[in-house]
Amino acid sequence: MKHDYDSNAYWKETLKLLRNVLILWFLVSFGAGILFVDFFNQFHLGGYPLGFWFAHQGSMYIFVIQIFYYAWRMNNLDVKFDVQEE
Amino acid sequence: MELQTTIYLMVGLSFSIYIGIAIWARAGSTSEFYSAGGAVHPVLNGMATGADWMSAASFISMAGLIANMGYGGGLFLMGWTGGYVLLAMLLAPYLRKFGKFTVPQFIGDRFYSKGAAVVAVLCLLTASLTYIIGQMTGVGVAFARFLGVSSETGIYVGMGIVFLYAVFGGMKGITYTQVAQYVVLILAYTVPAIFISLQLTGVAIPQLGLGSTMAGTDVSLLMKLDSVVTDLGFGKYTTTTAGSTLNMFVYTMSLMIGTAGLPHVIMRFFTVPTVKDARASAGWALVFIALLYTTAPAVAAMAKLNLHATINSAVNAGGDLYAPEASLKADAQPDWMKRWEKTGLLKFEDKNGDGRIQYYNDKTKNPEAAAKAAAAGWKGNELSVNADIIVLANPEIALLPNWVIGLVAAGGLAAALSTAAGLLMAISSAISHDLIKGIFVPDISEKGELMAGKIAMAVSIVVAGYLGLNPPGFAAGTVALAFGIAASSLFPAIMMGIFSKKMNKEGAMAGMLAGLFITLFYVFAHKGLFFIKGTGYLDLIGGPNPFFGITPEAFGAIGALVNFAVAFLVDKMTPEPPEHIQHMVEAVRIPRGSKIVNGAH
Repeated sequence: MKHDYDSNAYWKETLKLLRNVLILWFLVSFGAGILFVDFFNQFHLGGYPLGFWFAHQGSMYIFVIQIFYYAWRMNNLDVKFDVQEE
Repeated sequence: MELQTTIYLMVGLSFSIYIGIAIWARAGSTSEFYSAGGAVHPVLNGMATGADWMSAASFISMAGLIANMGYGGGLFLMGWTGGYVLLAMLLAPYLRKFGKFTVPQFIGDRFYSKGAAVVAVLCLLTASLTYIIGQMTGVGVAFARFLGVSSETGIYVGMGIVFLYAVFGGMKGITYTQVAQYVVLILAYTVPAIFISLQLTGVAIPQLGLGSTMAGTDVSLLMKLDSVVTDLGFGKYTTTTAGSTLNMFVYTMSLMIGTAGLPHVIMRFFTVPTVKDARASAGWALVFIALLYTTAPAVAAMAKLNLHATINSAVNAGGDLYAPEASLKADAQPDWMKRWEKTGLLKFEDKNGDGRIQYYNDKTKNPEAAAKAAAAGWKGNELSVNADIIVLANPEIALLPNWVIGLVAAGGLAAALSTAAGLLMAISSAISHDLIKGIFVPDISEKGELMAGKIAMAVSIVVAGYLGLNPPGFAAGTVALAFGIAASSLFPAIMMGIFSKKMNKEGAMAGMLAGLFITLFYVFAHKGLFFIKGTGYLDLIGGPNPFFGITPEAFGAIGALVNFAVAFLVDKMTPEPPEHIQHMVEAVRIPRGSKIVNGAH
């Protein structure tokens, strides 16, 4: 394989990106929306208790942004390591 | 115009649009009209995926369940959207690069074994069939209201129509028809929500309305709802969790990884033009799905408040909810209640014989509410409202104009039919293509393959319809079981196939079977063997929810853990996969060299 060294580094960077995105993914839904919901409910966002807002609204908005962020970063990685589609 | 006439008109109109677009697209007959042709923009593809995804469970059932569950219902919202993040990052681009059409094909090739493909078909069939049972429940509700018949008759009619729909190719495959369907669906969902949000809070955007104050007061809508429901003995809306924090955690996880493991969702990403597009398509799909999913909690909370306000005049007027004159007089019940009574999904029984309807929680653990009810001479809750009717009845409860009610009926029917038809096609291709042609009778004629597919469809409709008559739960709950099955069986195998070069066929097969078996064992204990009522075996496993209080709908995440654990153990004890498979995995991980998927399916 010609790109052997490069493709290893590419995979490492990919996994790092996945890890970072998944950490935030976990924090907003399982963290703020479930495990620490009582703590966040002390605060309010308009008429929403904040923990309830994360479970019923906020995590969904963040998920959408996360996918586009991931797609953008991955496309850049593809070019950087020269593995993009021709 | 009469309400019923308006409903027929709206339904007829929406279906003429779908059929018209289908004919127009076929007449053009160039491949660019078909998603597999590769010319469809990721945004349109995302909309089409949205229409595919938003089934009877999302459209008809989910908001009703959230209304019942309160904060805990958020698990559906987070679960069914969070899964797209996993799908977009962990599976979609790699499966696209792999360049095959179905999940069993991927599993069979990656794990270099026909046995693994057969196991994958088995998992796929179990998950899809369970999914259709839930859909049929929703189809029954939609047709019952549409035709003004009982929900049983609704299911029989629905079975026939779904079959015709699927045999004629449904509206699948033609992206522009699905785009039209999405538009109808989202209008049908958001228009009444906007009306109701305006009525209650004066804010036009439901997502903001839910966080606003009640029109003309400075009490927030959620606070008002909390106080009404707790006063009537129900759990506090904004804090009642789904069983326990642990249960809510694993339930959400099950739905998330189930979303990323459901074959008919994954299949959409096999046919996008490039790996790059596979990443973006998942994002756009989630944008369009989130439009409905972020509206759902507003629909849920506002419908709940409106329902209580209809039955109890003190909700809006203020004052004592337990005052005798506050409860609605039975002979003054609004027309929508009478209409829904016909379906058998809304029932009223005057238990204390006072000619009024009392709607409260008679099993409350709140001593204050129990004492008030006893003092008022209430002898039990007199109104039962099936959660699956909330969305369809919502515009009627809020007394919205007839055309809005008709629009919602059109949306409900579209949601119910399209996804059921899509699933039937996934089942039929798994049996006729992956199983019969791919493994057992490789030299079957094309005609024979087609026939086998149609028989498979007919059998699954009858089975799903029969089980849908006695459903294992509300539509969204049954669908959640299907996600649990996909989560425990397919997701881990696909993920290990991409992220572990060394995972071998023995490990993957053992993992899938272990995950599937343990999840089905737990689910069947509660819901009956193969979902047949009365064949459960709860005594054998020590009563309901014996595993740390986890409900069967939530068990998929545990099944997935078992799957991973068994797979790694077996993998360590058996030989590594051959060299060329390991190279294949390396090649799947980089986008370069992807080819358009086309030709023989």
